[in-house]
Amino acid sequence: MALYRDVGVVLRTYKLGEADRIIVFCTQGRGKVRAVAKGVRKTKSKFGSRLEPGSHVTLQLYESRGDLDIVSQADLVEAQSALRDDLERMGRAAAMLEAVDQICQEGEVNPGLYDMLVGGLRAVANWDTPLVAPAFFFKLLAAEGVGLHVETCLVCDEVDDLVALDVDGGGLRCRTHREGIAVTPQAVTILRLILGGRLPNALALPVGPATFEVDHLASSAMERHLDRRLRSLHLLDHQR
Amino acid sequence: MADYAHSIQELIDAFGRLPGIGPKSAQRITFHLLKVDKVESQRLVSAIAAAVEKVRFCSRCFNLAESDLCSICTDPQRDRHVLCVVEEPRDVVAIERTREFKGMYHVLGGAIDHLQGVGPDQLKIRELLGRVSDEGVTEVIVCTNPNIEGEATALYLQRVLDVPGLTVSRIASGLPVGGDLEYADELTLGRAIEGRRVIGGDSRAIAEDVPIHR
Repeated sequence: MALYRDVGVVLRTYKLGEADRIIVFCTQGRGKVRAVAKGVRKTKSKFGSRLEPGSHVTLQLYESRGDLDIVSQADLVEAQSALRDDLERMGRAAAMLEAVDQICQEGEVNPGLYDMLVGGLRAVANWDTPLVAPAFFFKLLAAEGVGLHVETCLVCDEVDDLVALDVDGGGLRCRTHREGIAVTPQAVTILRLILGGRLPNALALPVGPATFEVDHLASSAMERHLDRRLRSLHLLDHQR
Repeated sequence: MADYAHSIQELIDAFGRLPGIGPKSAQRITFHLLKVDKVESQRLVSAIAAAVEKVRFCSRCFNLAESDLCSICTDPQRDRHVLCVVEEPRDVVAIERTREFKGMYHVLGGAIDHLQGVGPDQLKIRELLGRVSDEGVTEVIVCTNPNIEGEATALYLQRVLDVPGLTVSRIASGLPVGGDLEYADELTLGRAIEGRRVIGGDSRAIAEDVPIHR
């Protein structure tokens, strides 16, 4: 069995046996890694608290012959305590982790995805706005090669009168060619800020109806791309 | 290879479906039961049958019980004003072993888990709110696990239990008794410092940059 080191983010965990867990990581050097962390559910575990969903850790793992490696050491790279102390932030982080869990593949090295997730989780901790998760989704879709076209209408060159989002077509449409979900001009502005490299300006906007509209557009686009519902997105919907 | 007789194979399969028991252990247990005295195996059969027959959830706190109410809910000695909220019935046993808690319990039957899609509606939270308003509860102690799911549940309960005259507290996180400080992980140690206790001196002069959790 060979030892190797890597850095990664915990995407999700499953209980295994009496006191173990299977931990799924999105790592920088190996893509998705699934590993067993022994005894982490015991109160005296040395690294149980570092292997919870959203933890950003440096790892030492044993490579096993089966498909599950074994975690031998884990140290926190950064502790995002804000992610544990706020129900809203927890939900946003969980939505990101769930989406990345779907996209990240075993044996497929994707350092860009890892960097994006680390940046996304940092944004969740630093900015208290519901726009963080949708912005992450739009950027993730762009990184996946299915980004939205938001500058002009998908069909013609119309720039101003864009009234609908065509999720399947991958962009906005004008009044003449409208098809898909209706969007307000405010939402179009936010979409352009997010996808036009001015994310901090978008995140600094006060929360309003357009924020929730963009949130809805992002989850529709993401769920459409993944072809499945994201459980964490709808969990506390009625609480809002 | 000759197969086992049907009833033996059935028994091996039944044991093999239990948590933590692999095919080899299932085989060993089966042959043990066939070898020992019939009275011994009959005792196991009746124990399982009795448990399946009698055990149900307490209609008040959702702990495991042998009648409509569990032994804690029917105990007149317990303090009915304090409610300890836990995830699973086995957490009740863990807290009872401390002999420190004399109040009542409420078992949620799980914890809010974003990634598995377990929401408040799947837990006994509505029943908890009903008990808080009907039973004159003055304090709710949230004793969910100190992991992400337990914390999410605690934060959710904190929000919905915003009732005048009700104290909502969270079980402390810190160092295990008998452990070494140097081996503690930073999150636990950080929480232990945050949740420290004043043991002497002037408690009003707490440094502002090392706030104490009250």
